[in-house]
Amino acid sequence: MMRTVSAAETAATTHPWAVHAEGLRVRAGRHVAVDGLDLALGTGVHGLLGPNGAGKTTLMRAVATVVKPAGGRLTLLGEQVGDRADLRRVRRGLGYLPQQFGFYPRFTVREFVEYMAWLKEMPKATIPGAVQRAVDRVGLTAKADARMKTLSGGMLRRAGIAQAIVNDPAVLLLDEPTVGLDPEQRLEFRELLRDVGVDSCVLVSTHLVEDVVAACTDVVLMNDGRLVYQGVPDDLAAQGGAGDAGDSPAERGYSALLRRHRAEAGR
Amino acid sequence: MTTHPSAAVIARYADPRASLDEVTMWSVEVHLEGCAHCRAVLVGRVPDDTRVLLDRVAAGVDRAVAAGPVPAPRRRWSPVRNRWFVWRLLPWLTMTVAVLGCAVLLEAAAPHLPSLVTLLAPIAPLPGVAFAWSRRHDPAWELVAGTPAAGLAMLLRRTAAVLAVVVPVLALGSTRTGASLAMTLLPCLAFTAAAITLGAFVGVRVAAIGLGVAWALAVVLPAVLTARLPAVLEPGGAVAWALLTLALAGLAGLRAADFRRLTSHH
Ligand SMILES: [Zn+2]
Repeated sequence: MMRTVSAAETAATTHPWAVHAEGLRVRAGRHVAVDGLDLALGTGVHGLLGPNGAGKTTLMRAVATVVKPAGGRLTLLGEQVGDRADLRRVRRGLGYLPQQFGFYPRFTVREFVEYMAWLKEMPKATIPGAVQRAVDRVGLTAKADARMKTLSGGMLRRAGIAQAIVNDPAVLLLDEPTVGLDPEQRLEFRELLRDVGVDSCVLVSTHLVEDVVAACTDVVLMNDGRLVYQGVPDDLAAQGGAGDAGDSPAERGYSALLRRHRAEAGR
Repeated sequence: MTTHPSAAVIARYADPRASLDEVTMWSVEVHLEGCAHCRAVLVGRVPDDTRVLLDRVAAGVDRAVAAGPVPAPRRRWSPVRNRWFVWRLLPWLTMTVAVLGCAVLLEAAAPHLPSLVTLLAPIAPLPGVAFAWSRRHDPAWELVAGTPAAGLAMLLRRTAAVLAVVVPVLALGSTRTGASLAMTLLPCLAFTAAAITLGAFVGVRVAAIGLGVAWALAVVLPAVLTARLPAVLEPGGAVAWALLTLALAGLAGLRAADFRRLTSHH
């Protein structure tokens, strides 16, 4: 599909990292869920792993700019998103799928994605085409005019992914996007991730180590609100030994890293 | 599009055997895209076999277009039609209008009581305002909160939609019952501004509920019990209410950044 390339897209990037956190602290209620996190992400697909309660969802929310950091620095696309930041410009370049996302049951898939595109302040004339493209990319073409309330869990999630990618975001944040997808849809989704990750920064949180190995260029492991490990999937696999829990080298690497981190923290 | 390439250059561009340097080729190509005149010149210079091929392609495309499905009608994208909020707001506004209607009737039935319309005016917009900015009522709150459109401007638009219904009803009610129009509308606006300003700190819904309860307990209840209009609603207070509204609105403007985050949705 042909599209016009805007000046903003061809302008030289002046920021080395799409997402850059330095000593980031973010609260989830009273609890400090992200506590002194240092993280730098560039173009590519980054898989965010970690046990429940590691702070993955809170980190996602902070990067999505819906919650305010309690401390440290967070820079997105070269702009610091601090206390009094005007988030508008940064948000135009974001795509976000929360872990649990609500929707308007009477909207059709197309209306839902259109509404989100409109809220993302896309030029009005480009909305119908961009929506069709996003719906096609997640494989919902046949369901585009079905009401949201008639969709299965997997289809809803794909509609959620469609709204996240409709604005061709420079930073795409997907919180547990593969929940509810069947194996075939997961394969298609990985394909989509690799495709988007060619020229954007994609951060996918998941509890499935295999998804990360299959679709990600980079693994980020979090525990207790801190960064435990960042490396390529092959290196993650090399971290584990025969004695570690898991069914695959990557899973064993994951358990080994967590075990070591917990042992260090316990001392 | 300023200068047309010469006919000779176009002829060389059209002739696959002629050599043309890449830069000229590019500039001719770009020019042709925008210039019908030169495209016409080009057609005259194209070798016969190429023209036959092009005719065949054109005929094939025409056939395929004729045989294919009819193009879908162009959908007009309208944010208004898709504005979920307007539809969801209706029940709340209906309730508000019904309560104010009852107040007018009650006032007619019990003239010894202070004006109920005036007493209720400050809290009349609050249910709608609370609804307008609450995660409980917007299923997609987290998605919406992350978009560039989310923020004070969106809250103000929604509040304006609420006031567009509440203000005329209050105006009608106050003229019906002979209450002071200024002392009905100004406190209404002041409380709306207060709910938004406080909302920056504690969340709009919490602020609206707090203000509503406080006003009901501190002013409405004593007024009904003593059957006297409280001093704050005496006609002389109009200037003070107007100043209060302006001050609160200014403060809300200063706190605009808070409305970009989820905390304001409590
Ligand atoms: Zn020309």
